[in-house]
Amino acid sequence: MNPARQCFQIKSASVSMTALELYFFDESEFDQSLRDKINQAPGFFRDTPLIISLEKYEGPSSELDFFKIIGNCRRHNIHVIGVRGGTDDQRRLARGASLALLPGGNQRDREISEPAVEDAAGVAAGQNKAQTGPVRSAEQSGAAPARIVSQPVRSGQQVCASEGDLIVLASVQAGAEVLAAGNVHVYGPLRGRALAGIHGAEHARVFCQSLEAELVSIAGQYKISEDLQDNGWKTAVQIQLKDDSLVVTPLDRG
Amino acid sequence: MARIIVVTSGKGGVGKTTTSASISTGLAKLGHKTVVIDFDVGLRNLDLIMNCERRVVYDFVNVIQGEASLNQALIKDKRVETLYILPASQTREKEALTKEGVEKIINELSERFDYIVCDSPAGIEHGALMALYYADEAIVVTNPEVSSVRDSDRILGILQSKSRRAEMGQDPVKEHLLLTRYNPDRVEKGEMLSVADVEEILAIPLLGVIPESQIVLNASNQGVPVILEEDSDAGQAYEDAVARLLGEQREHRFMASQKKGFFSRMFKGG
Repeated sequence: MNPARQCFQIKSASVSMTALELYFFDESEFDQSLRDKINQAPGFFRDTPLIISLEKYEGPSSELDFFKIIGNCRRHNIHVIGVRGGTDDQRRLARGASLALLPGGNQRDREISEPAVEDAAGVAAGQNKAQTGPVRSAEQSGAAPARIVSQPVRSGQQVCASEGDLIVLASVQAGAEVLAAGNVHVYGPLRGRALAGIHGAEHARVFCQSLEAELVSIAGQYKISEDLQDNGWKTAVQIQLKDDSLVVTPLDRG
Repeated sequence: MARIIVVTSGKGGVGKTTTSASISTGLAKLGHKTVVIDFDVGLRNLDLIMNCERRVVYDFVNVIQGEASLNQALIKDKRVETLYILPASQTREKEALTKEGVEKIINELSERFDYIVCDSPAGIEHGALMALYYADEAIVVTNPEVSSVRDSDRILGILQSKSRRAEMGQDPVKEHLLLTRYNPDRVEKGEMLSVADVEEILAIPLLGVIPESQIVLNASNQGVPVILEEDSDAGQAYEDAVARLLGEQREHRFMASQKKGFFSRMFKGG
Protein backbone atom coordinates (compact mmCIF):
# COMPACT_ATOMS: atom_id res chain seq x y z
CA MET A 1 0.00 0.00 0.00
CA ASN A 2 1.31 3.40 -0.93
CA PRO A 3 1.60 5.55 2.23
CA ALA A 4 1.03 8.75 0.28
CA ARG A 5 -2.15 7.38 -1.22
CA GLN A 6 -5.10 9.73 -1.03
CA CYS A 7 -8.41 8.68 0.25
CA PHE A 8 -10.07 9.79 -2.99
CA GLN A 9 -9.56 11.55 -6.23
CA ILE A 10 -11.94 13.79 -8.12
CA LYS A 11 -12.43 12.64 -11.65
CA SER A 12 -14.43 13.95 -14.48
CA ALA A 13 -17.24 11.56 -15.29
CA SER A 14 -19.71 11.71 -18.04
CA VAL A 15 -22.75 9.59 -17.59
CA SER A 16 -25.69 9.32 -19.89
CA MET A 17 -28.83 9.98 -17.90
CA THR A 18 -32.53 10.09 -18.15
CA ALA A 19 -34.10 13.53 -18.28
CA LEU A 20 -37.72 14.32 -17.59
CA GLU A 21 -38.75 17.26 -19.71
CA LEU A 22 -41.41 19.06 -17.79
CA TYR A 23 -43.96 21.22 -19.57
CA PHE A 24 -46.21 22.06 -16.65
CA PHE A 25 -46.78 20.56 -13.25
CA ASP A 26 -50.01 19.09 -12.02
CA GLU A 27 -49.54 16.53 -9.33
CA SER A 28 -52.20 14.01 -10.29
CA GLU A 29 -51.45 14.24 -13.99
CA PHE A 30 -47.75 13.93 -13.30
CA ASP A 31 -48.26 10.82 -11.21
CA GLN A 32 -50.55 9.24 -13.79
CA SER A 33 -48.17 9.89 -16.69
CA LEU A 34 -45.25 8.59 -14.68
CA ARG A 35 -47.17 5.45 -13.85
CA ASP A 36 -47.99 4.91 -17.53
CA LYS A 37 -44.36 5.32 -18.52
CA ILE A 38 -43.18 2.90 -15.87
CA ASN A 39 -45.74 0.31 -16.88
CA GLN A 40 -44.21 0.24 -20.35
CA ALA A 41 -40.87 -0.87 -18.97
CA PRO A 42 -41.21 -1.75 -15.31
CA GLY A 43 -37.63 -2.80 -14.64
CA PHE A 44 -35.96 0.03 -16.42
CA PHE A 45 -36.89 2.83 -14.08
CA ARG A 46 -36.07 1.09 -10.84
CA ASP A 47 -33.44 3.00 -8.87
CA THR A 48 -32.61 5.15 -11.84
CA PRO A 49 -31.28 8.70 -11.39
CA LEU A 50 -33.31 11.39 -13.09
CA ILE A 51 -32.85 15.05 -13.88
CA ILE A 52 -35.72 17.44 -14.38
CA SER A 53 -35.27 19.51 -17.49
CA LEU A 54 -36.93 22.93 -17.19
CA GLU A 55 -36.03 24.33 -20.59
CA LYS A 56 -39.49 23.80 -21.98
CA TYR A 57 -41.39 24.49 -18.78
CA GLU A 58 -44.36 26.72 -19.55
CA GLY A 59 -46.30 26.72 -16.29
CA PRO A 60 -45.93 29.39 -13.62
CA SER A 61 -42.89 29.01 -11.38
CA SER A 62 -45.16 29.09 -8.35
CA GLU A 63 -46.67 25.74 -9.35
CA LEU A 64 -43.31 24.10 -9.49
CA ASP A 65 -43.29 21.99 -6.31
CA PHE A 66 -40.04 20.06 -6.33
CA PHE A 67 -40.84 18.33 -3.06
CA LYS A 68 -43.93 16.81 -4.64
CA ILE A 69 -42.01 15.83 -7.78
CA ILE A 70 -39.28 14.18 -5.73
CA GLY A 71 -41.84 12.43 -3.57
CA ASN A 72 -43.78 11.16 -6.56
CA CYS A 73 -40.67 9.83 -8.23
CA ARG A 74 -39.40 8.36 -5.00
CA ARG A 75 -42.55 6.28 -4.65
CA HIS A 76 -41.59 4.62 -7.93
CA ASN A 77 -37.96 4.24 -6.84
CA ILE A 78 -36.74 6.95 -9.16
CA HIS A 79 -34.20 9.37 -7.70
CA VAL A 80 -34.41 12.99 -8.79
CA ILE A 81 -30.87 14.31 -8.50
CA GLY A 82 -30.99 17.70 -10.12
CA VAL A 83 -32.54 20.18 -12.51
CA ARG A 84 -31.33 21.42 -15.84
CA GLY A 85 -32.02 24.91 -17.17
CA GLY A 86 -34.87 27.00 -15.79
CA THR A 87 -35.13 30.59 -14.62
CA ASP A 88 -33.33 31.94 -11.58
CA ASP A 89 -36.51 31.65 -9.52
CA GLN A 90 -37.03 28.04 -10.56
CA ARG A 91 -33.44 27.18 -9.82
CA ARG A 92 -33.73 28.75 -6.37
CA LEU A 93 -36.72 26.51 -5.68
CA ALA A 94 -34.73 23.51 -6.85
CA ARG A 95 -31.83 24.39 -4.62
CA GLY A 96 -34.30 24.71 -1.75
CA ALA A 97 -35.23 21.09 -2.37
CA SER A 98 -31.54 20.08 -2.23
CA LEU A 99 -31.35 19.35 -5.93
CA ALA A 100 -28.16 19.79 -7.93
CA LEU A 101 -28.17 22.55 -10.55
CA LEU A 102 -27.04 21.67 -14.03
CA PRO A 103 -26.52 24.27 -16.72
CA GLY A 104 -29.24 24.60 -19.26
CA GLY A 105 -29.62 23.01 -22.44
CA ASN A 106 -28.22 22.30 -25.69
CA GLN A 107 -24.63 21.98 -24.59
CA ARG A 108 -22.96 18.63 -24.95
CA ASP A 109 -21.31 16.62 -22.22
CA ARG A 110 -17.85 17.82 -23.06
CA GLU A 111 -18.74 21.45 -22.65
CA ILE A 112 -19.90 21.01 -19.10
CA SER A 113 -17.33 18.59 -17.87
CA GLU A 114 -15.30 20.98 -15.72
CA PRO A 115 -15.19 19.75 -12.13
CA ALA A 116 -16.95 22.90 -11.01
CA VAL A 117 -20.26 21.81 -12.41
CA GLU A 118 -20.12 18.21 -11.35
CA ASP A 119 -22.56 17.49 -8.64
CA ALA A 120 -21.85 15.62 -5.45
CA ALA A 121 -22.35 12.25 -7.04
CA GLY A 122 -19.63 13.01 -9.54
CA VAL A 123 -22.11 12.98 -12.33
CA ALA A 124 -22.04 15.42 -15.15
CA ALA A 125 -25.17 15.22 -17.12
CA GLY A 126 -25.82 16.60 -20.50
CA GLN A 127 -28.00 15.39 -23.24
CA ASN A 128 -28.14 15.62 -26.92
CA LYS A 129 -30.94 17.73 -28.21
CA ALA A 130 -34.01 16.46 -26.54
CA GLN A 131 -36.71 14.52 -28.27
CA THR A 132 -40.17 15.61 -27.42
CA GLY A 133 -42.54 13.38 -25.55
CA PRO A 134 -45.64 13.93 -23.52
CA VAL A 135 -43.97 14.15 -20.12
CA ARG A 136 -40.45 12.96 -20.33
CA SER A 137 -37.97 12.18 -22.97
CA ALA A 138 -34.64 10.56 -22.74
CA GLU A 139 -31.98 9.50 -25.14
CA GLN A 140 -28.42 8.38 -24.89
CA SER A 141 -25.42 10.06 -26.34
CA GLY A 142 -23.90 8.87 -29.58
CA ALA A 143 -22.07 5.58 -29.39
CA ALA A 144 -23.18 3.68 -26.33
CA PRO A 145 -21.57 0.25 -26.21
CA ALA A 146 -23.84 -2.71 -26.84
CA ARG A 147 -24.45 -5.08 -23.98
CA ILE A 148 -23.69 -8.68 -24.92
CA VAL A 149 -25.19 -11.66 -23.11
CA SER A 150 -24.00 -15.13 -24.04
CA GLN A 151 -26.07 -17.24 -21.64
CA PRO A 152 -29.76 -17.98 -22.12
CA VAL A 153 -31.97 -15.40 -20.40
CA ARG A 154 -34.10 -17.65 -18.22
CA SER A 155 -37.67 -17.33 -17.02
CA GLY A 156 -37.93 -14.64 -14.34
CA GLN A 157 -34.70 -12.94 -15.38
CA GLN A 158 -34.54 -9.46 -16.81
CA VAL A 159 -31.66 -8.03 -18.80
CA CYS A 160 -31.62 -4.35 -19.65
CA ALA A 161 -29.25 -2.32 -21.81
CA SER A 162 -30.20 1.14 -20.62
CA GLU A 163 -27.99 2.69 -23.28
CA GLY A 164 -27.44 1.27 -26.71
CA ASP A 165 -28.19 -2.19 -28.06
CA LEU A 166 -28.68 -5.52 -26.36
CA ILE A 167 -27.28 -8.61 -28.04
CA VAL A 168 -28.27 -12.02 -26.71
CA LEU A 169 -26.30 -14.94 -28.14
CA ALA A 170 -28.71 -17.54 -26.81
CA SER A 171 -32.40 -17.94 -26.21
CA VAL A 172 -34.69 -15.56 -24.34
CA GLN A 173 -36.96 -17.96 -22.50
CA ALA A 174 -40.66 -17.68 -21.82
CA GLY A 175 -41.15 -15.52 -18.76
CA ALA A 176 -37.89 -13.63 -19.32
CA GLU A 177 -37.65 -9.98 -20.33
CA VAL A 178 -35.00 -8.17 -22.39
CA LEU A 179 -34.96 -4.38 -22.73
CA ALA A 180 -32.76 -1.95 -24.60
CA ALA A 181 -32.59 1.74 -25.33
CA GLY A 182 -31.54 0.75 -28.84
CA ASN A 183 -32.06 -2.46 -30.79
CA VAL A 184 -32.58 -5.92 -29.36
CA HIS A 185 -30.82 -8.78 -31.14
CA VAL A 186 -31.56 -12.35 -30.15
CA TYR A 187 -29.45 -15.02 -31.84
CA GLY A 188 -31.70 -17.78 -30.61
CA PRO A 189 -35.41 -18.23 -30.11
CA LEU A 190 -37.19 -15.21 -28.62
CA ARG A 191 -39.79 -16.77 -26.33
CA GLY A 192 -40.12 -14.09 -23.69
CA ARG A 193 -40.70 -10.34 -23.87
CA ALA A 194 -38.49 -7.99 -25.86
CA LEU A 195 -38.69 -4.21 -25.56
CA ALA A 196 -36.55 -2.05 -27.83
CA GLY A 197 -36.33 1.73 -27.81
CA ILE A 198 -37.45 1.96 -24.21
CA HIS A 199 -36.58 5.66 -24.08
CA GLY A 200 -38.68 6.35 -27.10
CA ALA A 201 -36.26 5.68 -29.96
CA GLU A 202 -38.70 4.89 -32.75
CA HIS A 203 -35.99 3.68 -35.13
CA ALA A 204 -35.09 0.81 -32.78
CA ARG A 205 -35.72 -2.72 -34.01
CA VAL A 206 -35.98 -6.23 -32.66
CA PHE A 207 -34.15 -9.02 -34.48
CA CYS A 208 -34.52 -12.68 -33.62
CA GLN A 209 -33.76 -16.13 -35.03
CA SER A 210 -37.15 -17.49 -34.15
CA LEU A 211 -40.13 -15.36 -33.22
CA GLU A 212 -42.01 -17.08 -30.39
CA ALA A 213 -42.36 -14.02 -28.21
CA GLU A 214 -44.88 -13.26 -25.49
CA LEU A 215 -44.60 -9.57 -26.29
CA VAL A 216 -42.59 -7.32 -28.55
CA SER A 217 -42.47 -3.57 -27.98
CA ILE A 218 -40.73 -0.73 -29.79
CA ALA A 219 -40.82 2.75 -28.29
CA GLY A 220 -43.91 1.82 -26.32
CA GLN A 221 -45.86 0.34 -29.24
CA TYR A 222 -46.38 -3.32 -28.54
CA LYS A 223 -47.89 -6.53 -29.81
CA ILE A 224 -48.63 -9.59 -27.75
CA SER A 225 -48.12 -13.21 -28.72
CA GLU A 226 -51.66 -13.61 -30.04
CA ASP A 227 -51.21 -10.82 -32.56
CA LEU A 228 -47.78 -11.98 -33.65
CA GLN A 229 -48.65 -15.53 -34.67
CA ASP A 230 -49.96 -14.77 -38.15
CA ASN A 231 -46.76 -13.41 -39.55
CA GLY A 232 -43.28 -14.90 -39.37
CA TRP A 233 -44.05 -16.99 -36.27
CA LYS A 234 -41.18 -19.34 -35.42
CA THR A 235 -38.99 -17.95 -38.18
CA ALA A 236 -36.12 -15.46 -38.29
CA VAL A 237 -37.56 -11.95 -38.46
CA GLN A 238 -36.99 -8.34 -37.71
CA ILE A 239 -39.62 -6.12 -36.20
CA GLN A 240 -39.73 -2.37 -36.70
CA LEU A 241 -42.04 0.54 -36.18
CA LYS A 242 -43.72 1.93 -39.29
CA ASP A 243 -46.47 4.54 -39.01
CA ASP A 244 -46.99 3.78 -35.36
CA SER A 245 -47.48 0.07 -35.79
CA LEU A 246 -45.16 -2.90 -35.55
CA VAL A 247 -44.20 -4.54 -38.81
CA VAL A 248 -42.69 -8.02 -38.94
CA THR A 249 -40.49 -8.89 -41.91
CA PRO A 250 -38.58 -12.09 -42.57
CA LEU A 251 -34.82 -11.71 -42.26
CA ASP A 252 -33.90 -13.69 -45.36
CA ARG A 253 -35.83 -11.28 -47.55
CA GLY A 254 -34.39 -8.21 -45.87
CA MET B 1 -13.12 -31.97 -1.40
CA ALA B 2 -16.56 -33.37 -2.03
CA ARG B 3 -18.61 -32.71 -5.12
CA ILE B 4 -21.76 -30.94 -4.01
CA ILE B 5 -24.79 -31.81 -6.10
CA VAL B 6 -28.19 -30.20 -5.65
CA VAL B 7 -31.33 -31.96 -6.85
CA THR B 8 -33.80 -29.22 -7.64
CA SER B 9 -36.76 -28.37 -9.90
CA GLY B 10 -38.78 -25.34 -8.85
CA LYS B 11 -41.99 -27.29 -9.23
CA GLY B 12 -43.18 -29.69 -6.57
CA GLY B 13 -44.03 -33.36 -7.03
CA VAL B 14 -41.78 -33.97 -10.02
CA GLY B 15 -39.53 -36.50 -8.28
CA LYS B 16 -36.75 -34.57 -6.53
CA THR B 17 -36.69 -36.73 -3.42
CA THR B 18 -37.03 -39.97 -5.39
CA THR B 19 -34.10 -38.79 -7.50
CA SER B 20 -32.00 -37.70 -4.51
CA ALA B 21 -32.51 -41.11 -2.90
CA SER B 22 -31.62 -43.03 -6.06
CA ILE B 23 -28.68 -40.90 -7.14
CA SER B 24 -27.08 -40.95 -3.69
CA THR B 25 -27.69 -44.68 -3.32
CA GLY B 26 -26.25 -45.24 -6.80
CA LEU B 27 -23.10 -43.25 -6.04
CA ALA B 28 -22.62 -45.09 -2.74
CA LYS B 29 -23.18 -48.49 -4.38
CA LEU B 30 -20.19 -47.77 -6.59
CA GLY B 31 -18.11 -47.27 -3.46
CA HIS B 32 -18.18 -43.46 -3.21
CA LYS B 33 -18.63 -42.05 0.28
CA THR B 34 -21.92 -40.21 -0.08
CA VAL B 35 -24.21 -38.20 2.16
CA VAL B 36 -27.67 -37.03 1.20
CA ILE B 37 -29.13 -33.98 2.99
CA ASP B 38 -32.85 -33.27 3.21
CA PHE B 39 -33.32 -29.49 2.88
CA ASP B 40 -37.10 -29.73 3.02
CA VAL B 41 -37.34 -28.45 6.59
CA GLY B 42 -40.86 -28.78 7.88
CA LEU B 43 -41.98 -31.56 5.56
CA ARG B 44 -39.41 -34.35 5.73
CA ASN B 45 -39.77 -36.97 3.01
CA LEU B 46 -36.33 -38.29 2.31
CA ASP B 47 -36.11 -40.44 5.43
CA LEU B 48 -39.35 -42.17 4.41
CA ILE B 49 -38.07 -43.02 0.96
CA MET B 50 -34.77 -44.15 2.46
CA ASN B 51 -36.68 -46.15 5.08
CA CYS B 52 -34.88 -44.71 8.06
CA GLU B 53 -37.65 -42.56 9.56
CA ARG B 54 -37.72 -44.59 12.75
CA ARG B 55 -34.06 -43.94 13.37
CA VAL B 56 -34.17 -40.13 13.24
CA VAL B 57 -33.11 -38.67 16.59
CA TYR B 58 -31.37 -35.44 15.68
CA ASP B 59 -31.69 -33.53 12.43
CA PHE B 60 -30.09 -30.93 10.18
CA VAL B 61 -31.44 -27.97 12.17
CA ASN B 62 -30.25 -29.44 15.49
CA VAL B 63 -26.76 -29.57 14.09
CA ILE B 64 -26.92 -26.02 12.71
CA GLN B 65 -28.07 -24.73 16.08
CA GLY B 66 -25.38 -26.65 17.92
CA GLU B 67 -27.79 -28.93 19.76
CA ALA B 68 -26.23 -32.07 18.33
CA SER B 69 -23.03 -33.06 16.61
CA LEU B 70 -22.93 -34.10 13.00
CA ASN B 71 -22.10 -37.67 14.05
CA GLN B 72 -25.19 -37.84 16.21
CA ALA B 73 -27.43 -36.66 13.40
CA LEU B 74 -26.02 -38.68 10.49
CA ILE B 75 -27.90 -41.91 9.87
CA LYS B 76 -26.02 -44.79 8.31
CA ASP B 77 -27.92 -46.55 5.57
CA LYS B 78 -28.63 -50.21 6.26
CA ARG B 79 -28.38 -51.38 2.66
CA VAL B 80 -25.41 -49.56 1.23
CA GLU B 81 -22.18 -49.38 3.18
CA THR B 82 -20.91 -45.91 2.30
CA LEU B 83 -24.21 -43.99 2.39
CA TYR B 84 -25.36 -41.58 5.10
CA ILE B 85 -28.52 -39.53 5.47
CA LEU B 86 -28.87 -36.16 7.19
CA PRO B 87 -32.60 -35.80 7.81
CA ALA B 88 -34.62 -32.58 7.88
CA SER B 89 -36.48 -31.33 10.89
CA GLN B 90 -40.23 -31.60 10.88
CA THR B 91 -40.83 -29.16 13.67
CA ARG B 92 -38.79 -26.15 12.63
CA GLU B 93 -39.19 -23.27 10.23
CA LYS B 94 -37.21 -23.10 7.01
CA GLU B 95 -35.63 -19.89 8.28
CA ALA B 96 -33.65 -22.01 10.75
CA LEU B 97 -31.36 -22.75 7.79
CA THR B 98 -28.83 -19.93 7.80
CA LYS B 99 -26.18 -19.47 5.15
CA GLU B 100 -23.41 -19.63 7.76
CA GLY B 101 -24.91 -22.67 9.47
CA VAL B 102 -25.30 -24.58 6.21
CA GLU B 103 -21.80 -23.62 5.12
CA LYS B 104 -20.27 -24.92 8.33
CA ILE B 105 -21.97 -28.29 7.93
CA ILE B 106 -21.18 -28.58 4.23
CA ASN B 107 -17.52 -27.82 4.96
CA GLU B 108 -17.41 -30.44 7.66
CA LEU B 109 -19.10 -33.05 5.46
CA SER B 110 -16.84 -32.08 2.59
CA GLU B 111 -13.83 -33.42 4.47
CA ARG B 112 -15.39 -36.82 5.07
CA PHE B 113 -17.39 -37.52 1.93
CA ASP B 114 -16.84 -37.74 -1.82
CA TYR B 115 -20.36 -36.64 -2.72
CA ILE B 116 -22.87 -34.41 -0.96
CA VAL B 117 -26.35 -34.65 -2.48
CA CYS B 118 -28.71 -31.85 -1.45
CA ASP B 119 -32.41 -32.65 -1.77
CA SER B 120 -34.07 -29.28 -2.39
CA PRO B 121 -37.62 -28.38 -1.37
CA ALA B 122 -39.99 -27.18 -4.11
CA GLY B 123 -40.36 -23.50 -4.88
CA ILE B 124 -37.81 -20.73 -5.12
CA GLU B 125 -37.97 -19.60 -1.51
CA HIS B 126 -35.38 -19.65 1.23
CA GLY B 127 -35.11 -23.44 1.62
CA ALA B 128 -34.57 -23.99 -2.10
CA LEU B 129 -32.03 -21.15 -2.26
CA MET B 130 -30.08 -22.64 0.67
CA ALA B 131 -30.08 -26.07 -0.98
CA LEU B 132 -28.58 -24.76 -4.21
CA TYR B 133 -26.30 -22.06 -2.80
CA TYR B 134 -23.20 -24.20 -2.25
CA ALA B 135 -23.72 -26.52 -5.24
CA ASP B 136 -21.02 -27.39 -7.75
CA GLU B 137 -23.51 -29.24 -9.93
CA ALA B 138 -27.26 -29.28 -10.27
CA ILE B 139 -29.59 -32.04 -11.36
CA VAL B 140 -32.70 -30.27 -12.59
CA VAL B 141 -35.59 -32.69 -12.33
CA THR B 142 -38.26 -31.97 -14.92
CA ASN B 143 -41.50 -33.62 -15.98
CA PRO B 144 -42.36 -33.50 -19.67
CA GLU B 145 -45.02 -30.84 -19.34
CA VAL B 146 -45.02 -27.10 -19.94
CA SER B 147 -45.33 -25.78 -16.37
CA SER B 148 -42.57 -28.03 -15.06
CA VAL B 149 -40.27 -26.97 -17.90
CA ARG B 150 -41.01 -23.32 -17.18
CA ASP B 151 -40.18 -23.76 -13.48
CA SER B 152 -36.97 -25.59 -14.34
CA ASP B 153 -36.01 -22.70 -16.56
CA ARG B 154 -36.62 -20.34 -13.65
CA ILE B 155 -34.47 -22.41 -11.31
CA LEU B 156 -31.69 -22.53 -13.93
CA GLY B 157 -31.74 -18.73 -13.95
CA ILE B 158 -31.44 -18.71 -10.17
CA LEU B 159 -28.53 -21.18 -10.28
CA GLN B 160 -26.75 -18.79 -12.61
CA SER B 161 -27.36 -15.72 -10.49
CA LYS B 162 -27.80 -16.67 -6.83
CA SER B 163 -25.49 -19.63 -6.20
CA ARG B 164 -22.18 -19.17 -4.43
CA ARG B 165 -20.35 -19.91 -7.67
CA ALA B 166 -22.27 -17.12 -9.41
CA GLU B 167 -21.77 -14.66 -6.57
CA MET B 168 -18.04 -15.37 -6.37
CA GLY B 169 -17.64 -15.20 -10.14
CA GLN B 170 -16.35 -18.79 -10.29
CA ASP B 171 -17.10 -21.32 -13.03
CA PRO B 172 -20.87 -21.66 -13.27
CA VAL B 173 -22.77 -24.50 -11.62
CA LYS B 174 -22.72 -27.51 -13.95
CA GLU B 175 -26.28 -28.26 -15.05
CA HIS B 176 -27.85 -31.64 -15.78
CA LEU B 177 -31.34 -32.28 -17.05
CA LEU B 178 -33.15 -35.32 -15.65
CA LEU B 179 -36.48 -35.98 -17.26
CA THR B 180 -38.75 -38.03 -15.00
CA ARG B 181 -42.20 -39.60 -15.42
CA TYR B 182 -41.53 -39.99 -19.11
CA ASN B 183 -44.19 -41.91 -20.97
CA PRO B 184 -43.33 -42.52 -24.64
CA ASP B 185 -46.87 -43.64 -25.48
CA ARG B 186 -48.29 -40.36 -24.24
CA VAL B 187 -45.58 -38.44 -26.09
CA GLU B 188 -46.64 -40.18 -29.30
CA LYS B 189 -50.23 -39.16 -28.70
CA GLY B 190 -49.09 -35.59 -28.21
CA GLU B 191 -50.13 -35.52 -24.54
CA MET B 192 -46.59 -34.95 -23.28
CA LEU B 193 -43.57 -33.01 -24.44
CA SER B 194 -40.87 -35.17 -26.03
CA VAL B 195 -37.28 -35.40 -24.82
CA ALA B 196 -36.26 -33.33 -27.84
CA ASP B 197 -38.82 -30.62 -27.00
CA VAL B 198 -37.58 -30.26 -23.44
CA GLU B 199 -33.93 -30.33 -24.45
CA GLU B 200 -34.62 -27.70 -27.07
CA ILE B 201 -36.32 -25.37 -24.61
CA LEU B 202 -33.96 -25.74 -21.66
CA ALA B 203 -30.74 -26.15 -23.66
CA ILE B 204 -28.79 -28.06 -21.00
CA PRO B 205 -27.17 -31.52 -21.27
CA LEU B 206 -29.43 -34.51 -20.69
CA LEU B 207 -28.39 -36.70 -17.76
CA GLY B 208 -31.16 -39.24 -18.12
CA VAL B 209 -34.76 -40.07 -18.84
CA ILE B 210 -36.66 -41.97 -16.16
CA PRO B 211 -39.74 -43.75 -17.52
CA GLU B 212 -43.06 -43.37 -15.74
CA SER B 213 -43.62 -46.55 -13.85
CA GLN B 214 -45.70 -48.11 -11.10
CA ILE B 215 -42.46 -49.52 -9.72
CA VAL B 216 -41.29 -46.02 -8.72
CA LEU B 217 -44.41 -45.52 -6.62
CA ASN B 218 -44.23 -48.98 -5.06
CA ALA B 219 -40.57 -48.56 -4.20
CA SER B 220 -41.20 -45.18 -2.56
CA ASN B 221 -44.02 -46.60 -0.50
CA GLN B 222 -41.84 -49.44 0.68
CA GLY B 223 -38.92 -47.18 1.51
CA VAL B 224 -36.62 -48.55 -1.18
CA PRO B 225 -34.72 -46.18 -3.48
CA VAL B 226 -35.90 -47.29 -6.93
CA ILE B 227 -32.33 -47.68 -8.19
CA LEU B 228 -32.15 -50.82 -6.03
CA GLU B 229 -34.95 -52.36 -8.13
CA GLU B 230 -32.30 -53.48 -10.54
CA ASP B 231 -34.62 -55.37 -12.88
CA SER B 232 -36.93 -52.42 -13.44
CA ASP B 233 -36.57 -49.95 -16.29
CA ALA B 234 -36.74 -47.00 -13.87
CA GLY B 235 -34.00 -48.53 -11.70
CA GLN B 236 -31.78 -49.09 -14.71
CA ALA B 237 -32.46 -45.59 -15.99
CA TYR B 238 -31.23 -44.18 -12.67
CA GLU B 239 -28.18 -46.43 -12.82
CA ASP B 240 -27.39 -45.01 -16.26
CA ALA B 241 -27.83 -41.48 -14.93
CA VAL B 242 -25.37 -42.12 -12.10
CA ALA B 243 -22.85 -43.54 -14.58
CA ARG B 244 -23.20 -40.44 -16.76
CA LEU B 245 -22.81 -38.21 -13.72
CA LEU B 246 -19.47 -39.93 -13.17
CA GLY B 247 -18.43 -39.16 -16.72
CA GLU B 248 -19.31 -42.39 -18.47
CA GLN B 249 -20.90 -42.24 -21.93
CA ARG B 250 -24.06 -44.32 -22.07
CA GLU B 251 -26.77 -44.36 -24.66
CA HIS B 252 -30.18 -43.16 -23.51
CA ARG B 253 -32.76 -45.90 -23.12
CA PHE B 254 -36.49 -46.17 -22.44
CA MET B 255 -37.30 -43.25 -24.71
CA ALA B 256 -39.25 -45.12 -27.38
CA SER B 257 -42.58 -46.75 -26.76
CA GLN B 258 -42.34 -50.51 -26.41
CA LYS B 259 -44.65 -52.23 -28.83
CA LYS B 260 -45.21 -55.37 -26.83
CA GLY B 261 -45.66 -58.51 -28.88
CA PHE B 262 -47.55 -61.56 -27.81
CA PHE B 263 -44.43 -63.44 -26.70
CA SER B 264 -42.92 -60.70 -24.63
CA ARG B 265 -46.26 -60.35 -22.88
CA MET B 266 -46.25 -64.04 -22.16
CA PHE B 267 -42.72 -64.21 -20.87
CA LYS B 268 -42.33 -60.89 -19.08
CA GLY B 269 -45.79 -60.81 -17.64
CA GLY B 270 -46.83 -57.70 -19.55
